[in-house]
Amino acid sequence: MEKKLLRITVNNEYHELYIKPKRLLVEVLRNELALTGTKRACNTGACCACTILLNGVVVKSCSILAMQTDGAKVTTVEGLSDGAELSPLQRSFLDHGAYQCGFCTPGMLMSATALLDENPNPTKEEIKEGIHGNICRCTGYNSIIRAITAVAEGKYKEEEL
Amino acid sequence: MIKDFYYLRANTVKEALVFLEKHKDDCKIICGGQSLLILMRQGLVAPKYLIDIKNIEELNHINFDPKEGLKLGAATTHRAVEKSSLIKEHYHVLVDMEKNLASFQTRNWGTIGGNIAHGDPAGDPGPVFIALNSTVKMASKERERTMPIEEFFVDYFETALEEGELLIEVQIPVIPPKTATAYEKFNIIKNDQGIVSVAASITMEEDGVNCKDARIVLGAAAPTPKRAKEAEQILRGQKLDDKLLDKVGEKASEEADPVPDIHATEEYRRSLVKALTKKMVKKSWEQAKTLA
Repeated sequence: MEKKLLRITVNNEYHELYIKPKRLLVEVLRNELALTGTKRACNTGACCACTILLNGVVVKSCSILAMQTDGAKVTTVEGLSDGAELSPLQRSFLDHGAYQCGFCTPGMLMSATALLDENPNPTKEEIKEGIHGNICRCTGYNSIIRAITAVAEGKYKEEEL
Repeated sequence: MIKDFYYLRANTVKEALVFLEKHKDDCKIICGGQSLLILMRQGLVAPKYLIDIKNIEELNHINFDPKEGLKLGAATTHRAVEKSSLIKEHYHVLVDMEKNLASFQTRNWGTIGGNIAHGDPAGDPGPVFIALNSTVKMASKERERTMPIEEFFVDYFETALEEGELLIEVQIPVIPPKTATAYEKFNIIKNDQGIVSVAASITMEEDGVNCKDARIVLGAAAPTPKRAKEAEQILRGQKLDDKLLDKVGEKASEEADPVPDIHATEEYRRSLVKALTKKMVKKSWEQAKTLA
């Protein structure tokens, strides 16, 4: 099968790749761009571990053909920190032990990032709703909710570092 | 594993229809692909050509006119419907429905047209659109046509779309006076597909006491979304009380034609139809009563 040109900006870096049209976005991120922070877990669109931001909104990268993102801007978990400093959510997840095996964490962080971008002061219910699709089999979610709440309450603002 | 295919990106409806006509023997349309890619991954669908309509601007619109009603382009995302202030004001039931449809991730990319064209009897928009008396517009290279969305759902995962035809738009008429619509699904995990769902639309007489018209639509309770027409007839001209409500629920449960699966037996689905029908008729009735 003839490969097609995909132009995609990932974490502010522009790429031109030739890929088979059947490639899913998660495969391109992990296999072509070596951004293995994005996890491929259930592979059926049920667990949201592969959540990324596509043009600023959360989507499942296992359920999108990469070719459909031609010209789009993608942010993966690698794009949350600048390489030196972790993002407030990442620091809060660490402090609150909001993970155990860690497999859901990248997706969870992306959903939480999108939630706080859209609604900086969410209620507990809204936080639960924001991570509703993301399945975690270790934590029971409470530590994750606490971690997101702490950021929403302004406990991880830059000046408080 | 997804089988290889030729990828064709259409930028206009005209272009999509040319692709469709040319490859109609062995092609599929992809929009958000939130349902299609699952089937392709399982090898259940393996088209030679995949025509991508996701970026067609003219299919992505929410237009409201006080006389003509609402027009939703086929490529409009679920999330756009959920967030539209126009829809919230005039067709609130659609916002309620969207909030309980899958995850943000799916709603951000999945589309109204894709959901409808998938023909899944457990889909949420189908029953609500039927309750709202909607019409679908389809086009092929030769012609354009519209039909009541009720007739669009032909059988289990089968729609009225013919070879070479593309779903263009869902058209929802202006809601008649003193009319309210309610929708709910029963599921074990919030926002999962409904094990059974029911949409009910009640129009009251001007006096606000008797029922003028009713539409009751069952989801996941037959091979297609299905109207419970005899149950509706019981309501017309009547005043609502518990006895009547029982009769309506009972009748709807008889009219259902449930397909048993791993989620529920036929019997269980019938009892869910009864319970949800009563609940939705009562809810829309109470709302309609308060309307001008």
